[in-house]
Amino acid sequence: MSHWHHFRVWRGDADGGELVDYPVEVNEGEVVLDIIHRLQQTEAGDLAVRWNCKAGKCGSCSAEINGRPRLMCMTRMSTFADDEVVTVTPLRTFPVIRDLVTDVEYNYVKAREVPAFAPPAGVAPGEYRMQQVDVERSQEFRKCIECYLCQNTCHAVRDHEENKAAFSGPRYLMRIAELDMHPLDAADRRDLAQEEHGLGYCNITKCCTEVCPEHIKITDNAIIPLKERVVDRKYDPVVWLGNKLFRR
Amino acid sequence: MGVGLVVLRDEPDTDCDVRLGYPFVPDLTPLCCDLRRTLRVIRTTGNDAGEDGDYDDVSSTTDIADQRAAGRARIAARTLRTDRWWLPPLLNLVGLGAWVIYATVRAFMQAWYFVPEYNYLTPFYSPCVSYGCVEQAAHFGRFVPDVPWLPFALVSLPFLLLFRLTCYYYRKAYYRAFWGSPPACAVAEPHGKYTGETRFPLILQNLHRYFFYIAAIISIINTYDAIRAFVKADGSFGLGLGNIILVANVVLLWAYTVSCHSCRSIVGGRLNHFSRHPLRYKAWTFVTRLNGKHMQLAWTTLASLAITDAYIMCVSAGWIPDLRIVG
Repeated sequence: MSHWHHFRVWRGDADGGELVDYPVEVNEGEVVLDIIHRLQQTEAGDLAVRWNCKAGKCGSCSAEINGRPRLMCMTRMSTFADDEVVTVTPLRTFPVIRDLVTDVEYNYVKAREVPAFAPPAGVAPGEYRMQQVDVERSQEFRKCIECYLCQNTCHAVRDHEENKAAFSGPRYLMRIAELDMHPLDAADRRDLAQEEHGLGYCNITKCCTEVCPEHIKITDNAIIPLKERVVDRKYDPVVWLGNKLFRR
Repeated sequence: MGVGLVVLRDEPDTDCDVRLGYPFVPDLTPLCCDLRRTLRVIRTTGNDAGEDGDYDDVSSTTDIADQRAAGRARIAARTLRTDRWWLPPLLNLVGLGAWVIYATVRAFMQAWYFVPEYNYLTPFYSPCVSYGCVEQAAHFGRFVPDVPWLPFALVSLPFLLLFRLTCYYYRKAYYRAFWGSPPACAVAEPHGKYTGETRFPLILQNLHRYFFYIAAIISIINTYDAIRAFVKADGSFGLGLGNIILVANVVLLWAYTVSCHSCRSIVGGRLNHFSRHPLRYKAWTFVTRLNGKHMQLAWTTLASLAITDAYIMCVSAGWIPDLRIVG
């Protein structure tokens, strides 16, 4: 069973663009990415879109659908009313290349700035031993598919381009938290998180958690625990006293 | 081709622009800001401003000039969301605002806070340490001057306020509802500059842990009040609806306090080797489960505090009798 739907797709590049209206046929069971592909095959052969797995696992087809950051391949057309206009725009936080494709270089730069896993001295690769209970917290963060929806929706950079230099965004604060919680990571990343990666820019409004397609509790399980670890180091006299008295 | 309006500013926006975008709330932009800014309204067409100029609000903080500089897609609409994104922050604004008004009025009322016959003391006046407190309600002595501008529970109320003000859940709620930073996800905030919690005064949010420690002590005092209320003025045991409300309130207060993110970190979250600390791991697991309900507990305790206080006020004022079960 099929019906016709009204789509509005942003077409353009860094020099300018506009929302273009397309009537398009929609079949039962289809997702927004299917419709974008149909537009490519019919009315808009030069429409640029980045995609890969069509299964919500590669993180390529991130876009904003009716203003909400989402994966196009995981947004079912059945969630829209038949007469509802579906507006598809590129991620707003990153420079646009063309149509729905953006340049996500910012994220790669920030990824490179996070120091890699640092095992303790004398422990060589192959000798890592750890218990499941010690690593399962970090495993939640390993579900990240790097779709950058969290980076895109975080207002600290979305609404303030000037903060990009100082703020790494939720995805990379989560990476720092993952390493800081790792039982075999010997580096102390708390000062780094606050001073180099802009942990203080996060004001806990949880948009990163809201848009995460993997349902990772980025704020509650990564960023807030990281903030608390910074508090341990910098602001808590009780923890300081406990460390002085009971450190072996 | 559509027509869009683009607002360009000659100087960076300032925090005095407080439009949060609620549909039924008038624009509160102060007049001084209008005077300070020079607004240039440029009428653009088609490709220049984007075809989406027919959306309701074209004044996003990262405006067209910024978008062009950053190479972003030039979309002038503040948001393209079509759902009622403004409803949750509006409900928070109304709910938190109403509670703050009620609590402020009650804290300074200095009346109807104690039922001597049944030893019911409202949590808004506990511990009652002012010289204005009746003697039976002052379980911990009286040492604060009796003046109208000092609440009777001066040693607890400011810290409870600060505990909730710095709470990670309430921060989300009031940053969104009162400051619009952001009002909702993917909706542009109205401020031209943002430094988050990196500098004074918001860096003081890191003091949440101090207030957690104090709130835990105050919860012990509230527990003491609830237990003491089972002993009537004549020394005999008594049980009434007031006791049930006081106990329920204390249980909820403990649940909210223990579910705090700081508590979660202190009991075990700061460890990297759970396997070496099995008891702390169990405690962390328990607090983590409660922490998942922190938002619900935050609102439930606001309601339970107000209900407990209102009930004791009504009984104390003689508006309703206490429903007695025993004695």
